[in-house]
Amino acid sequence: MEVGGSKLEVTAAQALVQALEQENIPIVFGYPGGSTLPVYDVLASSAIKHVLVRHEQGAVFAANGYARATGRVGVCIATSGPGATNLVTGIADAYMDSVPLVIFTGQVPTTQVGTDAFQEVDITGITVPITKHNYLVKDHRKLLQTIKNAFYIAATGRPGPVLIDLPQDILKNKISFRYPKNISLQSYKPVLEGHFGKINEAARLINKSRRPVIYAGGGILISQACEELKQLAEIISAPVTNTFRGLSCIPGEHPLFLGMLGLHGTRYANLAVTECDLLIALGVRFDDRVTGKVASFAPEAKIIHVDIDPAEIGKNVRIQVPIVGDVKVVLQALLPLLKKTDRAAWLQRIEELKKLYPLFYHQENVLKPQFVLEELCRLTDGEAVIATDVGQHQMWTAQYYRFKKPGAIISSGGLGAMGFGLPAAIGAQLGLPGEKVILVTGDGSFQMTMSELATMVEQKLPLKIFILNNQTLGMVRQLQEFYYDKRYFGVNFEFIPDFVVLAKAYGIPGYNIRTPDKLTEQLPEILNAPGPVLVNCLIDPLENVLPMALNGQNF
Amino acid sequence: MYHTLTVLVANSPGVLYRVVGLFSRRGFNIESLAVGQTENENVSRMTIVVEGDALVLEQVTKQLRKLIDVIKVSDITAEEFVARELVLAKVTANPAQRGEIMQIADIFRARIVDLGRRTLTLECTGDEAKIKAFEESLRPYGIKELVRTGKIALLRGSKYAGVNNIKEEAL
Repeated sequence: MEVGGSKLEVTAAQALVQALEQENIPIVFGYPGGSTLPVYDVLASSAIKHVLVRHEQGAVFAANGYARATGRVGVCIATSGPGATNLVTGIADAYMDSVPLVIFTGQVPTTQVGTDAFQEVDITGITVPITKHNYLVKDHRKLLQTIKNAFYIAATGRPGPVLIDLPQDILKNKISFRYPKNISLQSYKPVLEGHFGKINEAARLINKSRRPVIYAGGGILISQACEELKQLAEIISAPVTNTFRGLSCIPGEHPLFLGMLGLHGTRYANLAVTECDLLIALGVRFDDRVTGKVASFAPEAKIIHVDIDPAEIGKNVRIQVPIVGDVKVVLQALLPLLKKTDRAAWLQRIEELKKLYPLFYHQENVLKPQFVLEELCRLTDGEAVIATDVGQHQMWTAQYYRFKKPGAIISSGGLGAMGFGLPAAIGAQLGLPGEKVILVTGDGSFQMTMSELATMVEQKLPLKIFILNNQTLGMVRQLQEFYYDKRYFGVNFEFIPDFVVLAKAYGIPGYNIRTPDKLTEQLPEILNAPGPVLVNCLIDPLENVLPMALNGQNF
Repeated sequence: MYHTLTVLVANSPGVLYRVVGLFSRRGFNIESLAVGQTENENVSRMTIVVEGDALVLEQVTKQLRKLIDVIKVSDITAEEFVARELVLAKVTANPAQRGEIMQIADIFRARIVDLGRRTLTLECTGDEAKIKAFEESLRPYGIKELVRTGKIALLRGSKYAGVNNIKEEAL
């Protein structure tokens, strides 16, 4: 904005919105309040789309779903005090799952900070442990550099959420808009290239190994290394198991795919890890849900660990070959050093394990949740984007939906935040308007954030919602069954709303489905409907998520 | 075992909270912590004494390096370094005991910095062992109050972690 050679002064709020435009942010999710009014006043005339949610938690989960679906930075905005604290769960979720977010919160004027003013909370203090970094802007002249740094920090290295707290008076001050070209950070420089010597050592170990297993996680999706991963697996004939966050980084139908490992992983994936002599860990963090007792995890294996976050290497498990770097860059350096090998005996053993311990369930006349997922997978050809909530339905999705598209699962992994599903699906659909987005949720999770149905309708999003309704908090009930001698308490809902009537209240068609036949019959029409549909699947209430590794879990 | 870390951090608001919070939430024990501005007004140096084995120390340093405001982390335990701590102690001292206590002060090259009707306040600097011995020697007289700064340390010789070229963070 130059007028006659001199910079035109704008308010900091205007500069903020212009900075978002410079960062090519097409959409922000938010909920207004007193302290963010200066920003809202400017947003009104901006090309940036503002999605008004029904609760700030919905805004941060939607930004989170948007970021996961598109690989871009998700942006959300909330007012000071309760607006800011309502974001906390969604920020923690993004931190645990390395999702890039930039979060703006309103704050009371600088003159009132620290006085327990109306709607004041110390949100930078509250979010220190759950953000990659955060800022309280005390000087309006530093706002633009702060925003520039925040987007860079959020999106690079191991991605994560960055929060910027904006006192109201700062937003009204005038500054000249000059968006910085460069970041200004003293020591933050993520390492992308792996150490050459270590990569050579990894290649030697791989070429020598007889029973390698690739253990691939969310890092593969973040660095877009799916093609390199597939090449690695095929060149060295190594089966690939995924963490929950890594699912979809290799096609579910790929012959070398072992499914998910860990607590609810396939038996054959866990046995393959137990029997392997070399574990190639790529973009993973040896989470407790994966390893169980660390001492008995991959007991015969040497471990190669590639990750962009040095702190993850050696945190939980001893590593023979640590490689700090971007997994795509490291794999590109590693692949030419590998010998093509068929490893027939090992692959035969893997096939044997797959036959001995398949995933299974008993199909009966009642509707089984696994069957719902198999049918969804069949009818969408594994190509839908599936958002889930947290609980049994999430694990059944992980086990039975065979993803074809990288990044097509939108789900809260590390934090396991119920209520994530609907708002995240809204964000994903807004980010990917051409894709079929399906929400698989449970009757417990859905009730946490179903107020966002209004947002979905308002935004005209054709989400297909499947509630796997067992009228209980199934995962907790399952834990009480296994670990607390079936003393069920606090898990059975005595009242559940009629979800079909609820859908009607929002003007959405809804269906109750109780039998497998009816599901198969109605599913094509539901999936092809041009608008949103809510399907209440009344599933077997006693169905458990199996297998369930009982090793080393503390419940 | 105890390790001495020197941590250079940007002089930004909340940086102490970020560092201390990291230690408490990850279950690392801080034995002592001293912090102050360096030769560069935009940079502070923290000297942190932490207890743990090699694995714990590896995690501590890696997690510290992840903080955006942390510029440099060095574990100087295995290096040659000079370490000092300052202690102020207020000791019961009747006029008859003053002479004895002043002799002790002499031995430790401590100084008397205040005199009360029944107390003496002493100042002493030194490494951990000296400070401990000093404290033990005063104990029989009755230590009313004692305050320590925590250890500060610098590498010996010409090795240094220069921070003069670090400009004020734009933030």
